[in-house]
Amino acid sequence: MIISVASGKGGTGKTTVSTNLAASLDRPLKLLDCDVEEPNAHLFIKPEHLVSKIESTFVPVIDEQRCTGCRKCADLCQFNALAVIGDKVLVFPELCHSCEGCRLICPEQAVEEGHRELGTIETGVWKHVSFSYGRLRVGEAMSPPLINRVQSLIEPDDLVIIDAPPGTSCPAINAMKVSDFVLLVTEPTPFGLHDLVLTVEAVRQLSIPCGLVINRADIGNDELYHYARREGLPILLEIPFQRTIAEIYSRGGLLVEQSPEWRTRFCQLFASILQAAAEAEVSQ
Amino acid sequence: MKELVVISGKGGTGKTSLTAAFGSLADNHLFCDTDVDAADLHLLLDPKVLEKNEFIGGSKATIIADHCSGCGLCTEVCKFSAINEDFVVDPIECEGCGVCHAFCPEHAVDFQPRKCGEWFTSTTRFGPMVHAHLGIGEENSGKLVSLIRKQAQILAQENQLELIVTDGPPGIGCPVIASITGASAVLILVEPTVSGLHDMKRVAELALHFKIPAMVCINKYDLNTEMTQAIESETEKLNLLTVGRIPFDPAFTMAMVNGKTIMEYAPSSELAETVNSIWTTIRSSEFLTKKEARILPIMK
Ligand code: SF4
Ligand code: SF4
Ligand code: SF4
Ligand code: SF4
Repeated sequence: MIISVASGKGGTGKTTVSTNLAASLDRPLKLLDCDVEEPNAHLFIKPEHLVSKIESTFVPVIDEQRCTGCRKCADLCQFNALAVIGDKVLVFPELCHSCEGCRLICPEQAVEEGHRELGTIETGVWKHVSFSYGRLRVGEAMSPPLINRVQSLIEPDDLVIIDAPPGTSCPAINAMKVSDFVLLVTEPTPFGLHDLVLTVEAVRQLSIPCGLVINRADIGNDELYHYARREGLPILLEIPFQRTIAEIYSRGGLLVEQSPEWRTRFCQLFASILQAAAEAEVSQ
Repeated sequence: MKELVVISGKGGTGKTSLTAAFGSLADNHLFCDTDVDAADLHLLLDPKVLEKNEFIGGSKATIIADHCSGCGLCTEVCKFSAINEDFVVDPIECEGCGVCHAFCPEHAVDFQPRKCGEWFTSTTRFGPMVHAHLGIGEENSGKLVSLIRKQAQILAQENQLELIVTDGPPGIGCPVIASITGASAVLILVEPTVSGLHDMKRVAELALHFKIPAMVCINKYDLNTEMTQAIESETEKLNLLTVGRIPFDPAFTMAMVNGKTIMEYAPSSELAETVNSIWTTIRSSEFLTKKEARILPIMK
């Protein structure tokens, strides 16, 4: 079972939900922070025995001795990562998407394998949670390849909670697409609703069942609730706005460690997810 | 012409509310919303769209079954495992690299540029606005961001506007890089939380990497004053200008519900005064007043 915790808009409490959900369960699980641009889960689930692994990706290196300047590689490259000036090939490694097309097409075998660092994957343990997160190198533009590397740690039959990046474009889709259920964290404000509508559309395109967690449930207005009813989206948990909750979060604390009541609620949330996922399967 | 980009690393720090408020205070400016993935600024500014344009992004492959001989070469060359055993391309997995198209011996792969989003030139009650919407699951957000920044610059030049106020995207990846490269300055809006501090350090590092001057503003500072101090000592260490602190105030949310900026919703409040004085500090900072013309190197 793979559960993604996602949100259209950033800062809605996605990490609060994923870390508290992971901490409240009493069985071994994997928590994968795929918000590799700004990973935060490790600030709440503080893993021990962290091992760091550098991840890199293919970029071409041109052997000037062999290259004839025929331009075949630059014509093929869709991402403007190669340019031919005179009879020399210029490589812009930061634009390369690692398709290796240039290497395949070069008639002179002049394209050799080089590397660009994507970032690191940190893996550690916290109680029953085996925890990994990606950390995109500052300056690296493409997050999906690193997200895919983090997800390659999933093994069949694992119980996995994924902290997905915000938004509805390729990084978010990449993080969500492997999951069996998407938990969408939102808040009842015009911004929250607007971004939720887009995310729901994205999740539906992926044909993955989803449910809502409403954070800061008592601010804003009712529009979100009307929308959820209209669309038949189950509301699986509501978290009120309380200064104490905001304070626990601000210092990197876990709600479920501060109050047994919250632990019960997050356990219930997990039960509701299992039920909603089962119902979705039946109705398919 | 100067360009100020408001970013936050982490989303949800009140970036859009503040950008709109600043815009209502600035004069001779235009707005640009480069959070093309989850654009929200229009909810406060209610733009009247003057011009709507298609954004043609990258291509994706489709295999025309009638022309396909089933030789399997495409599946071998596709590094993204986007082609299944029946030779159908999964559009979600397809990276748009065109390698299958280049190698298919039967020319069975269709590879056309597609519409990936839309962008708009609009007017608002506080001046012109350039904004966009990226299609769901689309790539190339960086390309769309560069495109609308370029449009904003052209529009500013044509109308002799001095300042572009940009609402930037969250994160540190491609849309953020495209939003800040060549800008006059960024304003990093941060909340006093461990994650806020962590994310601020990463965007500040990014700004430094691209040599963009950065300023910092702390929102909801009273939710954790200890953390606020930690952030301020960090900004000092990084040699960044701290332009002010904003208290936690539900009025921001109420203003949003009413589709207004905080300056319109609570014009004579203490909060409005704080925002006003922060804006004055930003506007008079050397980054936005220096005379020398900055050439803006925008990516293609
Ligand atoms: S690997 Fe692909 S994207 Fe990279 S330079 Fe070669 S053709 Fe371009
Ligand atoms: S395809 Fe090979 S030989 Fe031709 S320009 Fe590229 S690297 Fe040089
Ligand atoms: S390479 Fe062309 S002909 Fe061969 S299987 Fe792929 S699409 Fe069909
Ligand atoms: S365009 Fe590239 S990623 Fe897409 S199917 Fe063809 S080879 Fe694979």
